[in-house]
Amino acid sequence: MGTQAPQSIDVQPDNQVPVERPRTISRTNETDPAQHGEQHEGQHYSVPLQDLKTVFPHGLPPRFVMQVKTFGEACLMVRKPALELLHYLKNTNFAYPAVRYVLYGERGTGKTLSLCHAIHFCAKHGWLILHIPDAHLWVKNCRELLQSTYNKQRFDQPLEASTWLKNFKITNEHFLSQIKVQEKYIWNKRESTEKGSPLGEVVEQGITRVKNATDAVGIVLKELKRQSSSGLFHLLVAVDGVNALWGRTTLKREDKSPIAPEELALIYNLRKMMWNDWHGGAIVLTLSQTGSLFKRSKAYLPHELLGKEGFDALDPFVPILVSNYNLKEFESCIHYYLENSWLQHEKAPTEEGKKELLFLSNANPAQLERLCAYL
Amino acid sequence: MAAPCASLGAVVSCRLFLGSRVILARSKGPWGASAAGLQAGAAPQLSRLIRTTVVTTKKNVPASRHEPYTEDFIKKQVEEFNIGKRHLANMMGEDPETFTQEDVDRAITYLFPSGLFEKRARPVMKHPEQIFPRQRAMQWGEDGRPFHFLFYTGKQAYYSLMHDIYGKILQAESRESQLPPKNLLPANTEVIDLIGSRWLIKEELEEMLVEKLSDQDYVQFIRLLEKLLRSACGPGEQELVRRFRRSVAARSQQQQIPPVQHDAQGAPFSIGQGRRKTAQAEAVVTAQGSGRIQVNGEDYLHYFPVLQDREQLMFPFHFLDRLGKHDVTCTVSGGGRSAQAGALRLAMARALCSFISKDEVEWMRQAGWTRSGLRRMRMCPPAWSRIQSSGIGTALSTAQPLPGMQHQLCLL
Repeated sequence: MGTQAPQSIDVQPDNQVPVERPRTISRTNETDPAQHGEQHEGQHYSVPLQDLKTVFPHGLPPRFVMQVKTFGEACLMVRKPALELLHYLKNTNFAYPAVRYVLYGERGTGKTLSLCHAIHFCAKHGWLILHIPDAHLWVKNCRELLQSTYNKQRFDQPLEASTWLKNFKITNEHFLSQIKVQEKYIWNKRESTEKGSPLGEVVEQGITRVKNATDAVGIVLKELKRQSSSGLFHLLVAVDGVNALWGRTTLKREDKSPIAPEELALIYNLRKMMWNDWHGGAIVLTLSQTGSLFKRSKAYLPHELLGKEGFDALDPFVPILVSNYNLKEFESCIHYYLENSWLQHEKAPTEEGKKELLFLSNANPAQLERLCAYL
Repeated sequence: MAAPCASLGAVVSCRLFLGSRVILARSKGPWGASAAGLQAGAAPQLSRLIRTTVVTTKKNVPASRHEPYTEDFIKKQVEEFNIGKRHLANMMGEDPETFTQEDVDRAITYLFPSGLFEKRARPVMKHPEQIFPRQRAMQWGEDGRPFHFLFYTGKQAYYSLMHDIYGKILQAESRESQLPPKNLLPANTEVIDLIGSRWLIKEELEEMLVEKLSDQDYVQFIRLLEKLLRSACGPGEQELVRRFRRSVAARSQQQQIPPVQHDAQGAPFSIGQGRRKTAQAEAVVTAQGSGRIQVNGEDYLHYFPVLQDREQLMFPFHFLDRLGKHDVTCTVSGGGRSAQAGALRLAMARALCSFISKDEVEWMRQAGWTRSGLRRMRMCPPAWSRIQSSGIGTALSTAQPLPGMQHQLCLL
C-alpha cells in the first residue's frame, strides 16, 4: 500500500497534567481525536500502543507499521482532510441514512492514514468498526476459491474471510456479546446458530470452520446493517480501496474464464453494505490506485477509479480530497523525524537540506518517508 | 664558374627563402632544378621531408621505403584537382568561380554517400597538399655538398630558425640601447596578442618544419620566442612571432545565453533547450515562482517516479541556491527516462543563465551544467590484435580474448 501519511498521534491522557507544554512544536498532547481542531493542524499526536492493538490489528499501511516498530510510538499527523471528516462524523444525524464519504487523492498523499484517524475517533467514541483494510486483497491472488455453499453461482474465499473475522473479533470484542442475531442460521447438518444468540458465535463459527467463513462474514454484515438502525450502536463501515468492488479481478475459474467481482460472495455482500439504505452510522471509503487492477497509475479521481458502475452505486457521496503536505505540515514532518533522530545527515536540519527534500519529494508524504529512510 | 656560383646562389637563396617553401625534386640537374624550383617557388613554402614509398606488389609486406612525389606529379595533381573542382561545380549547378572547399565536401557527400563509420575512410576530395605528405627537398647537390650551412646539425630548419630569432633579439637589443627609453606602442599590441592565442604545440611545429624535434628543442624554441617578445620589438618581429601563435577563442564568450522574455502579465521568463542522447527538451523558467515544475502537463513527481531523475532536475537550482524560487514548465520528447531527465537538466540550466550574474554563468559553465556531454561509440581494435608482451605472468597476457570488434564508449 502506498497510501500513507506519516501522521503522528501523541496521546497522553487528559486526566494527567492538563497544562503541559507539548514536547515540541510538531507534537500535540491531545490524544482524543474528538478534541482535534484547527489549532492542531500539522501536529502529530500519538496513539497509545494499547489502542493500536485493538483498533488497528489490520489496516495500517505496512511502512507505517515498520515506522511504529522503529520509533516505538505511533504518531499520526492531524491534517485538514481528516479534520473535515471528523467534523462530519461528529455531526452525523443517526436518523438519516448513512452518508458515504470518499477520500480520494494521488498516490501517497495520506488517504489510508486519514481513514485510520477517523477509525480511531470512532473507536474512542464507542462505535462499532467494520474495517476492511484493503478490498483489493479480496479480488486478487486468492489461493483457494470454493464454490459457495449458500449460492452456487458465487465463490467463497475462506482464507481471506477467516483472517478478516479474526481481526474483526479483536476490534469489536465487547460488541460481539451484546448484539444478538435475529435469524436462525444452519451451517451444515450438525451445526446451526439459533436466533437470539450473540453475534460472537457466528464469528467463532466462521473462524473455526474456515469453510463457512465467507458465509459468516455475510451474516455479520447483514445483521449489523439490520441492527444499526435500532440505535444500540453506531456503525462505521470503513473500506480502504473501495474501487476494488467495482473493478475487475484477476481470479479465474478452472476453465480459465475470468470471474467478475459480483461472483465473489465477499464482494457481493460488501456491496450491499455500501448502499445507504440503513441508518445509524456512516460509511467512510478510500479510493486507492496502488493495489488496483487494470487502472492507470496516474488515475486518482473517483470517476476514473470507480468506473461508471461504481460511481453510480456510490452516488451521492461526499468527496474529500487528500493532497500533498503544505509547507507547515512538511516542516512538522521533518521536525518529527529530526526529533526521533531518524535523519542522520548533517545537512538535514539546515534550510538548504529542507529545500532539497521538499524539491525531491514535492511534499508528497510517501515520497518523503521513502527519501528520509535513506538519510 | 657558373656551376659553383649557381650552387652558391642556390644556397644563399635557400637561406633567404627559408621562411618560404621550396619544392625541389630529384631531377636531372640539381642546379637546373633548384633554379626552376626557386623561380617556381612564389608561394611561401617550407622544405619538405623526403619519404620514399614503394608500390609493393607482394601482399602482406609492409611498405618499407617510400617513393618521393615529384614536383611535376604534385603540380599535375593540383591542376587535376582544380579542373575536377570546376567539373564538380558544373555538375552541382553552382558557379565554378565561387566554389569553396566546403561546397566540394558537401557535393562529395551527396554524390558518394557512405555509411562507413571511420570518417577518414570515406570518399574525399581535397587539395593535393592536404592529401600528399609534405616532402623535404634534396638537401645536397650532385657532388654531395649540402646546400644549407647547418645541414650537419641534423635539424637544419630548426637550428636556422633559432638562429634567425636570436639574430632578431640581438637587433632589438642593439636598437633599444641606441634609442632613448620611451613607452613604445608595440608593448600594448603584444599583450593583446598573448590573450586569446597560444603558442604552437610541438606537433604543429614539427609539421611546419618537417623535422622531428625533441621536447627540449621545443621548450628552448618557446623560451627564445618569449625572450624576443620581452625585448622591445618592431612590426617585423611581431609578424615573426604571430606566425608561431594560434588563436584560442575564449570558451566563455562562445556560450549563448537565452534572452529574457516577458509574457502577457509582464512577468519575465526565459526558454532554454537541451538535448541528451535522443531526448529533446525545452524548459520555460519564470523568474518568480514557488518551485513548481510541470513536465508535459504533469507534475514532475508523476512524470519522474524515480528519485534519480528528480535529483537531476534539482541540480541546476541547487547549484545556484535557487530551490523553490522559479516555476518551470517544460516539454520533453524522445529518449528514455534518464535521457529525458538529462536533457531537461541542460535546458533548465541554460534557461537559468539569463537570470544570474556573469560570474555565476561562468561557474555554471565550468561546473559543466551548460554543456551537453556528448558520448560517442568508438571502435577499439579487436582483442586479437592487441599488442601482448610475451610471457606467462604478465598482466596483458591474462586479458581475456573477446571475439569480434568491440565498441568502446568514450567521452569526447
